[in-house]
Amino acid sequence: MTRKLLEVNDLKIHFKTYAGVVQAVRGVSFDLYEGETLAIVGESGSGKSVTSNAIMKLIPQPPGIYAGGEIKLEGRNLLPLSEKQMSKIRGNEIAMIFQDPMTALNPTMRIGRQITEVILKHQKIPAAEARERAVKLLNLVGIPMPEKRFKQYPYEFSGGMRQRVVIAIALAADPKLLIADEPTTALDVTIQAQILELMKDIQKKRKTSIIFITHDLGVVANVADRVAVMYAGQIVEYGTVNDIFYNPKHPYTWGLLGSMPDLRNNVNEELRTIPGSPPDLIHLPKGDAFAPRNEFAMAIDYEEEPPMFQVSETHFAKTWLLHPDAPKIDIPEAISRRIEGYLKEAQVNG
Amino acid sequence: MLRYICKRLIYILMALFIIVTATFFLMRLAPGSPFASERAFPPKIEAQLNAKYGLDNPWYIQYKDYLVDTISFDFGESMKYKGRSTNDIISESFPISLTLGIEAMILAVGIGILLGAIAALYHNKLPDYLASTIAVLGISVPSFILAGLMQYFLAFKFGHFPVSGWKGFNYSILPALAIAITHAGFIAKLTRASMLEQSNSDYVKMARSKGLGKWTIVIRHTLRNALMPVITYLGPLTAGVVTGSFIIEQIFAIPGLGKHFVTSITNRDYTVIMGTTVFYSIILLFAVLIVDILYSVIDPRIKLKGAKK
Ligand SMILES: Nc1ncnc2c1ncn2[C@@H]1O[C@H](COP(=O)(O)OP(=O)(O)OP(=O)(O)O)[C@@H](O)[C@H]1O
Ligand SMILES: [Mg+2]
Repeated sequence: MTRKLLEVNDLKIHFKTYAGVVQAVRGVSFDLYEGETLAIVGESGSGKSVTSNAIMKLIPQPPGIYAGGEIKLEGRNLLPLSEKQMSKIRGNEIAMIFQDPMTALNPTMRIGRQITEVILKHQKIPAAEARERAVKLLNLVGIPMPEKRFKQYPYEFSGGMRQRVVIAIALAADPKLLIADEPTTALDVTIQAQILELMKDIQKKRKTSIIFITHDLGVVANVADRVAVMYAGQIVEYGTVNDIFYNPKHPYTWGLLGSMPDLRNNVNEELRTIPGSPPDLIHLPKGDAFAPRNEFAMAIDYEEEPPMFQVSETHFAKTWLLHPDAPKIDIPEAISRRIEGYLKEAQVNG
Repeated sequence: MLRYICKRLIYILMALFIIVTATFFLMRLAPGSPFASERAFPPKIEAQLNAKYGLDNPWYIQYKDYLVDTISFDFGESMKYKGRSTNDIISESFPISLTLGIEAMILAVGIGILLGAIAALYHNKLPDYLASTIAVLGISVPSFILAGLMQYFLAFKFGHFPVSGWKGFNYSILPALAIAITHAGFIAKLTRASMLEQSNSDYVKMARSKGLGKWTIVIRHTLRNALMPVITYLGPLTAGVVTGSFIIEQIFAIPGLGKHFVTSITNRDYTVIMGTTVFYSIILLFAVLIVDILYSVIDPRIKLKGAKK
């Protein structure tokens, strides 16, 4: 039985702005086991980055406010910890991989130093040993001639190579949890695949847990064990990859799956998108925030927010459609056909 | 690198040539002569003086003479002060101006970066408002007014400092401050804006996610990148300190090069004008070159054009 590494309970993050209080994260709960990958998906602005920054307590305060909940790393709540205590956790137990490798590295500092500074911060070892370890890390993430690269500056690296360096930095102090916020979005497709392979490989070797943020469901099917679907600051569906891809329950998840680009079968079917746009997080509508965009919305959707319904032991969804009294509505056929085609393709590709 | 510097030296020579030419013709265009004063000389004497200094030659001969003088760096005797060569005047007064200038630059950069960094670190808090107000005041109050105020209050009324003259370090503080404050204000604003921009950047977030402390991040990551625009400003700063010294040396009666430069112009002392102008130009042109080299040292991304590893 693997150990539970992270547990997030009813996390709420607000931002105070001139226009009002932005409720960016509204009661998010999930957990993460050792060596597991959780993907967080959702449209732009749904609160994925805020959630992941919150786990590292990197939300700028002000304007950010930790309005409630808890974040437990190995049973210890991080929210009451001081900056000083957090700095022993950041980089050491939780590390982060940023989206854009072109801006995530300090342009005027040598690559080597950017790696060793993490090692030296968290471990009491001589500089020479840190250096040796950094070179090994560069080797591990697949950078050729690490000895020479060690002394170079970021501008001497390509985008893909920089992302490898960012990963090396994240791994430097051997963290238990890696948070990757769209680590491949800024890269082109072939490099994307390489970076994903690298991350899977590292996870196998080191038993690292990963929170993988993306809006690319193709990537999710490839890397994740479990998936959390976020909408307007809440998790609306939560389950294993199989639950989400074979048995999705939330109309929003249907929409996301339906808008997945289908490389082979899309000749005669146009790409579906979810109509409308996400709600204003300052003035949230009454009831279910997704109701105005939900073609299956019922009267109650405009009155009361749905609870999390349990579908199976691993599978949860926040929609009134799962209420015993709700009419039986199944996933639209066009979407299920698309998913099927997609999964078939994924299988063919291994 | 060497090739780049050679190329820049050629540009500097070209620039000097243009400056000498422009100065020569401007001097000619300005009415008056070194020997014009209330008491007019008898025409005979004036003709003799003109002959002595070669002012009776046609303009192209004079122009050629100046070019030769400049190349050999020997500008001849002052036309106003008997028996003093231009080179002597420069070598006597330049060390004074250099001391004053360096002091002013250190003050400007030091105060500027300090104020700017404080303002950025306490963004939108009291220290930020204080530092920003000081910076704006510094920029908007002209140096000669500041000089007068400081002379009146700090020197005359309270006697903390000497009012004028040049007899030691004490005498340099007020004039150096007067020159520095405007630039310190500019540098403070530059530093503040640039630090705020840098601290929102991804690599600073990355540094935070590494678990580095607040001050480590500022010193090791933010400040170095934030200082790039400040280094660019060092070129204009040198020019500003030089021109600032023209006024301030007059106000504080400092026998520096700036004072001589201004007097030489009012006197139409052609040889001294030419000598000091060429000298100032050389200093400014080299200052810009040094700034460019410095820039490439601090920011590895900047490759000097024509430089080879
Ligand atoms: N500093 C801030 N001040 C005010 N609002 C903020 C701040 N940071 C984030 N938000 C708001 O929080 C919400 C969630 O943002 P978040 O960056 O988490 O979205 P996301 O899901 O990561 O989107 P994307 O896919 O575009 O990265 C957004 O509506 C955003 O406007
Ligand atoms: Mg994001």
